[in-house]
Order: sequence, then C-alpha cells, then structure tokens
Amino acid sequence: MKHSMKVNLQVWRQKNTQAQGNFENYSVETNPDMSFLEMFDVLNEQLIHDGKEPVAFDHDCREGICGMCSMVINGNPHGPKQAITTCQLHMRSFNDGDTIVVEPWRANAFPVIKDLSVNRSSFDRIIASGGFVSVNTGNAVDANNILIPKDIADEAFEAATCIGCGACVSACINASAMLFVGAKVTQLSLLPQGQSERQSRVVAMVNQMDAEGFGACTNTGACSAECPKGIPLSVISTLNREYTKAKLNGI
Amino acid sequence: MGVLSFLFSSSIGRKLVMAVTGVSLIAFLVVHCAINACVFFMDGGATFNAAAEFMAHNLFIRLAEVGLIGGLLIHIVQGLSLTLNNMKKRNNKYGSSPKRTNSTWYSRSMGLLGTILLLFLVMHLKDFWIVSRFDAQGGLTESKTLYHFMLEVFTNPVPVTLYVLGCISLAYHLLHGFQSAFQTFGLNHPILTPMIKTLGAAFSIIVPLVFASIPVVIHLGLIK
Ligand code: SF4
Ligand code: FES
Repeated sequence: MKHSMKVNLQVWRQKNTQAQGNFENYSVETNPDMSFLEMFDVLNEQLIHDGKEPVAFDHDCREGICGMCSMVINGNPHGPKQAITTCQLHMRSFNDGDTIVVEPWRANAFPVIKDLSVNRSSFDRIIASGGFVSVNTGNAVDANNILIPKDIADEAFEAATCIGCGACVSACINASAMLFVGAKVTQLSLLPQGQSERQSRVVAMVNQMDAEGFGACTNTGACSAECPKGIPLSVISTLNREYTKAKLNGI
Repeated sequence: MGVLSFLFSSSIGRKLVMAVTGVSLIAFLVVHCAINACVFFMDGGATFNAAAEFMAHNLFIRLAEVGLIGGLLIHIVQGLSLTLNNMKKRNNKYGSSPKRTNSTWYSRSMGLLGTILLLFLVMHLKDFWIVSRFDAQGGLTESKTLYHFMLEVFTNPVPVTLYVLGCISLAYHLLHGFQSAFQTFGLNHPILTPMIKTLGAAFSIIVPLVFASIPVVIHLGLIK
C-alpha cells in the first residue's frame, strides 16, 4: 500500500465575522492513515513554516464526542462518510490527487468567527432557555429508585447522543435547527426526571430557536442523513407534538 | 386568537397550518378526481355533467367550497412567506455542492413546485371553474355542457401539455407533502408511519395520473 498521498485543498479563509471570505488553494503531502484534522495540522505547520497565517478550525476531543470539528467537506458536513465526525474521517476515504473543498457551516445563526471556525452560541442559548430540571435535593437517591422501562431508556439515550455539532443546521436547505432541538426535547420529555417542566421547556426552546434566526423545518430529512450520530427524523415529529400540545394548553 | 396565535408566528405553528390546509386540499383532490374519472363511463359525459351539476348547485358543496378556497389561500400565503423567510437564513451560500443524496430534490423544492401549481391553478380556474360557477362568464347551456367545454379546450395541444406538466408538479408536491403533513402532526408510529408513507406515495402517483390522463385521452380522441 502506498503510504503517501497528495491532496489539493480549496479552503475557505475569512479574517473575521465582518470580512469577505474567499477560497484559497493549498496542496498537502499526507498519508492515508491520517485523520482529516491531522492533515489540517500538517497544512498549518506548512503555513507557519512559510510565515503565513494558519487556518483556524475548531476541534477538541478528536474522537467524535465533543462536536467541535465543524467542516463542510465537498459539500457534506463532516465529509462524505455516514455517521462520523470530521475528526473520525481518514484520508484513506480520498484518492491521491483529489481536490477537496473545505468550508465552514453556513447559516446566519452560526456566524463565522474566523476561517472554518463558527460561533455556535445560539445552540447554547437554546439549551439555556430550556432551563432546569426539578430534582430532589438531600441524600443521594438510590440509582434504581426511579424505574424507567428499557425501551424508553433506549429511546431517550438515542436522542441524548446528539453532540450539538450543528451539522443538521449546516445541511438543511432552511438552516433549521429542529433536529438538534428535537433531540434535546425528546430526551427530556421521555424521562420521568423531565416531566415537571415538560411543557414550559419545549415552548421556551422553540421560541429561542426562532429568535436565533434558524429557518423553519420542511421535513426534507437532510439533517438526519448528515447527522454524525444518526439522530432520527422522528425526534422532530416528537418536537412538533410536544410543542403543539403545550401551546394548545395555553403555555 | 390568543392561544392560537402561534399558528401564524412560530416556526412549528406555521408548518402545522401548512399541514392542516394541505390535508384538506388532499381530501378535496379525492372528490375532484372521482368526478373527473366519470368521463371514463364513455357515456358522452352524462355522468360527468350530472356530477358537475350537483357540485355546482348543492348548498353544502358551495359552503365547503368557501372553506376550501380559504384553506387554499392560507396554504398559498403561508407557504410563500415561509419559503421566502427560509431563503433569508443563509446569506452566504456554499461554494461546493454535494451530491445531494441526503434528501430528495422535490422535498427541497416545495416552494418552487407550489408556485408552478399556483400558476397552473390560475389557468385551470379560468378554464373551467369560472365557466361552471358564474353563468355570466360565457356560461354553460343545455347544448354546451361542462363536458363539451372540456372536449373543446383539450383539442388544443398547448393546454394538454400544460395540464400534464401541472399534474407532474402536483405528483411531486404530494409525494413530499402527504407524508410530511403527518410528520408535522407529530405522528410517529412504528406501524402507522410506514403505512402513511406507502399510502402517500400511491396517492401521489395515482391521483395525478388520473387527472393527467383525461386531457391526453380527449386530445387523442379516445373519448368523445
Ligand atoms: S442532531 Fe446530529 S447533526 Fe444536529 S447537532 Fe445533534 S449530533 Fe449534530
Ligand atoms: S473534535 Fe470532538 S467530535 Fe470531532
């Protein structure tokens, strides 16, 4: 197996939120075992060596759990593979000599901070608007005190695997955040611990989502298809149901 | 209004309105399609005219028609405003376009398909509905029934082509809209949801096919 490969990159460079960005061309010597982010590390070392500004990109865990590594690669958030994040993508998914276009998540609700790094604080504000979950304080309760049927626990867990990366928004033609909000609302409305604030939470989160400037969902399903965690579209129908019920109750 | 104002202000409320009006338009299509299919009785339009006559003069139907037009207008206005709003949510477009395997083209083009349908509808209402409802506009007579009128319109290949194109847009609009409405209602059931998807796909193909076949069959002179 050949252990070096060369790729041509077209990378979005943008100085700051206000600046006009543009694509710059680079070529990088890499190898098939490198992750996509490691390939970017090589590029940045090369740029620093040449006295140029390195490419700003977000990353943290590099193992698919933090949700930071936001890159749209050849038009697909997190690249061409299904159900993985950019940091879990390897150069062996590309061919020697390929041209790869890399750009940031694009949505008005996710302004570019610099290059490939976008501001996803709008997601944080949606989460914060959901508020608290009432729990008893005092002695630690026994773990099995609250019984949760296995199927409910599994469904809630599936929704809880959302890492808040924002790929759903970036893939959606409407830049809608409903898969993300649906995942959060589904998780808490399924579990006994989430019942007290169930209705006020969904209304507050949807209000915040709309206020942040995300678009309205038209059920295209692009979000779920591009989600690195495979969050199902059904969380959006749960969100619709929870929200409508709460509104009809006058919340 | 208080409790229901979310139907015109929040993103979920607004799509709920699209779904409710959409489903009532689907119900209307069933009736419309059944009446049109009467031309296939091959009885010189007798059954078709009788059905059309009934629809034009029955009080209940006329009242339902008012509701239908209201629903249609809301569907159009809300749909256009949602589409235009959604187009403002990404000012900087992507430089690279992926192979869009993540969603169907027609699910991403509901605004466009809807606009084509709106244009089609203007032509269609002008062609038939106005004559059948407002006698002053040329009107229908004993010797010139809606059926005759239809035979006349479809001798010309231009309307035939436009009607077929309109039906194709309808098919794709329904293909996404039918199942999407139930997703919006919050229905998510392991048995019902796949059933609705199958039913929706069958409906979206059969109904527009019946509609489209009529101008074609008339143009080819297969029914007289
Ligand atoms: S739903 Fe999926 S794509 Fe959206 S933020 Fe969560 S993990 Fe990312
Ligand atoms: S860097 Fe944490 S998910 Fe990719």
